[in-house]
Amino acid sequence: MTAIQDVLADLYEGERHLASELLRVGDRHEAEHDVFHIARDLSDWSSDHGRRLADAAKANGQDLSTGRPRPTSLSGDRWWTSQHLLGRHSNPGLVLLHDLQAIYLAASYNSLLWEILAQGAQALSIGGLLELSTSCHPETLRQIRWANTKLKESAPQVISSQS
Amino acid sequence: MEYSESIDRIADPWGTRTPYPRGGEWPVRVDTYLGAAAEPDGVSRWVQTASLLHSNGDAMDIAVSDGKMLGVRGRAVDRVNRGRLGPKDLFGWQANASPDRLTRPLARRDGRLIEVDWDTAMSDVVSRSRALLDERGPSSIAFYTSGQLFLEEYYTLAVMARAGIKTNHLDGNTRLCTATAGEALKESFGCDGQPGSYADIDHAEVIALYGHNVAETQPVLWMRVLDRLAGSDPPRLLCVDPRSTPVAERASIHLAPRLGTNLALMNALIHELIQRDLIDQRYIDSNTVGFDELDRQTAQDTAERAAGICGVPTTDIIQAAELLGSTEALLSTVLQGFYQSHQATAAAVQVNNIHLLLGMVGRPGAGLLQMNGQPTAENTRECGANGDLPGFRNWENDHHVAELAEIWNVQASDIPHYSAPTPAMQIFRYAEEGSIGMLWVSGTNPAVSLPELHRIRSILAREQLFLVVQDIFLTETAQMADVVLPAATWGEKTGTFTNADRTVHLSDQAVPPPGEARSDLEIFLDYARRMDLRDKDGGPLISWSSAEEAFAAWQRCSRGRPCDYTGISYERLRGGSGIQWPCNDEHPDGTERLYEEGAFSGEPDYCETYGRDLATGAAMGEIEYRARNPDGKAMLRAAKYSSPHEMPSEEYPFALTTGRTIFQFHTRTKTARAPQLNAAAPEVWVEMSEPDAAAHDLAEGDLVEVASPRASLQAQVRVGYIRPGTLFVPFHYGYFDEPGGNEPTDGIGRAGNELTLTDWDPASKQPIFKLAAARVTLLRRGGGVPAPAPTNTGSRPVADAPATVGGESAIALETVVDEAGGP
Repeated sequence: MTAIQDVLADLYEGERHLASELLRVGDRHEAEHDVFHIARDLSDWSSDHGRRLADAAKANGQDLSTGRPRPTSLSGDRWWTSQHLLGRHSNPGLVLLHDLQAIYLAASYNSLLWEILAQGAQALSIGGLLELSTSCHPETLRQIRWANTKLKESAPQVISSQS
Repeated sequence: MEYSESIDRIADPWGTRTPYPRGGEWPVRVDTYLGAAAEPDGVSRWVQTASLLHSNGDAMDIAVSDGKMLGVRGRAVDRVNRGRLGPKDLFGWQANASPDRLTRPLARRDGRLIEVDWDTAMSDVVSRSRALLDERGPSSIAFYTSGQLFLEEYYTLAVMARAGIKTNHLDGNTRLCTATAGEALKESFGCDGQPGSYADIDHAEVIALYGHNVAETQPVLWMRVLDRLAGSDPPRLLCVDPRSTPVAERASIHLAPRLGTNLALMNALIHELIQRDLIDQRYIDSNTVGFDELDRQTAQDTAERAAGICGVPTTDIIQAAELLGSTEALLSTVLQGFYQSHQATAAAVQVNNIHLLLGMVGRPGAGLLQMNGQPTAENTRECGANGDLPGFRNWENDHHVAELAEIWNVQASDIPHYSAPTPAMQIFRYAEEGSIGMLWVSGTNPAVSLPELHRIRSILAREQLFLVVQDIFLTETAQMADVVLPAATWGEKTGTFTNADRTVHLSDQAVPPPGEARSDLEIFLDYARRMDLRDKDGGPLISWSSAEEAFAAWQRCSRGRPCDYTGISYERLRGGSGIQWPCNDEHPDGTERLYEEGAFSGEPDYCETYGRDLATGAAMGEIEYRARNPDGKAMLRAAKYSSPHEMPSEEYPFALTTGRTIFQFHTRTKTARAPQLNAAAPEVWVEMSEPDAAAHDLAEGDLVEVASPRASLQAQVRVGYIRPGTLFVPFHYGYFDEPGGNEPTDGIGRAGNELTLTDWDPASKQPIFKLAAARVTLLRRGGGVPAPAPTNTGSRPVADAPATVGGESAIALETVVDEAGGP
């Protein structure tokens, strides 16, 4: 595999993971109606990114649908889930904050891959991939920003009601 | 020349026409109604006020004799209505004297509400407040107020809640009706503030109404349009509404999109305007940022694509764009059809975009009215009773917070500004999960007006929630309270309030409040005193004790901000017309329009917000704002259409919307007690189209069950002029006048909001009332008796039905003053 194919494969897996993470978080917090609905909307964005990545890769003979495991050393989400302080609590508010952190990190991981893809596409003059990144990366940044804002807005009540 | 006519104002809600030409003066027509108790010469005095049953600000005088209200008469001198009154204005005042007014405080003892004195009631509230503050802190206390109190009351509440209790949980029910208007204005212009003026109707060539059945929500404003339509050089109307309302009937183009697709329609209009080169590039370059992004984002949004999504003919969309782009004077209005629907802020912002693309801002006839629903909703936004910092200040701007801290003489850190204020639906979520222990509700009825009522009832009924309800009747919400505080209403207290086009009116006290009821201002001041709320020097946090003093305090707070009231006084307001803010040294007689010559309020140091992502509600941040808009220009904001969250399905094949009728207001607390109004629209109904009725073997008057995934209600069918596939249910009909009291009797629902879902716009946090999936099941044939829906409004029937009339008791006088000397 070439380096750019590696990136495409990582990004495909990253978006697939985020799409299902968002659905999981939305379902777990369905009593937080805005989280439930927006997480689903953002999950659609990631699913859409995945489809477009698969199409772009296919045009170059790469089949992304066979998938590959998400490198835990990079995303660390297994470590994250078991180790992190907030995740150990059964308090729903703290679990929400923890889940928003997980979304933030997973989306940030994708964001950096989009960055790498854009840079690599420019260096190799692959216009289609640059265009794909330019189109998708802003949505990833918006996913990050949502998680950040929602965490910031939720934290005061969660913390103060538990102190 | 002066001539008078007597008109049944239920049969003819908008009264007689007084045509006038484009650019002309809207004539005076004084409407008067004196109730049965009035003697011909029995009016001892007339007391100045304006309407409290919609956001138009219809100025009127109350007829008083022997300490009683006898009737009302429009004020000819006022810029808003020139003497005219709508049906609710003419008849609504009668509810004030209803025998079931709350006259004594109530407190819950052993599960029942019993009468107590004020000291006892307030002690309950204060002791619970203190206990919660000690044990759990300010975040355990929340205030949920109204869009129907006075300016002075909102400002007092804002200071009390934000700097006294120091909670971030403060919002008004304006979250349900007008939050999107404010948010859309902030996103486009950097600050809240109504750009246009009602006077723009006098000069407009084209008037576009988006989700705004103005004929029924602001009847007097519609009268102004009707008078232009009857004059020479009438405007052409574009109406976007799934129903064939009185507005749609007069429109040159009526678009009836599928529920939830407003943004797709708006994006196509913008796409067509750009593609057909109908835009004002010079205005765009000088006055806006963001054009390239908007152009890029709407590149695929052809009329054809929108036609498929919206179910509207392609040619109609193109014609609409051409109509908008072909005029030199475009006025647009927006209301709940956009604000309470899917992608509300995004769609409302596109209306702003159209005006910016066409250069239609700040000139006579080139106007933008993001409307309000409630009479004093404007004041909640200005005074901060919706949680925003008073004076359109930015909670993310430390200088703004410091300025406020100085005005209030508190530490900046005393004013919660660590995140946006908690919106109403989130307050109810916190009450549901238990982190809020006390909720003080003033002048609103969430047990009928919030979505998904089954859930709301269970939240309000929670043992762990101490519920204080301040109101004028024992509403559905008050029935569930721990403490009920009897309040004075309009006409029983003095104060000011502001309408949707920035016109400030004075409302003088005409009669005393009944029994031991007190003004909301007095109640808030009493609480502040008993809680011993102090400023940083140990003096009382709230230094005023009268309405006029509170107004003066507000003036100081408003100085230098867009909503500058420093040039307005009770004296100036008394006897004359309402005055539009800003009114200060620079604009000593008030200001007709904002943003003339592109002078916006969006400079980074001055603006009210750095903006939100329209799809996610994420905060954009100061750094990005400064980079994006360093010169404070108007902002063109783009947004992509996405499908609604709840769509019709096989199980629930209809798209259901909720809304209003001209004759009722909100949860009927007042209008059900005004005989003429209640008789005209006494009961709930469900509107469906003729093809749907035929396909489902249903006829006018049949009793059906309407069910959504959450709950059901029963209503008679009105076969009317609504988009096929769509149902309409008015949301007014709660349970206070039924055995159930605050909930369905024997499980039979009646309130439209039993069916609606818990979902809100990410940017404005306004709940979605205009889209739910539903199904209909026949219960009982109507046998030829039509549904109890009015026949002379948007709910008019396809089949013949007895016309809605008021009869003798609804006769009002119209007096037209014709300067020209002829009718």
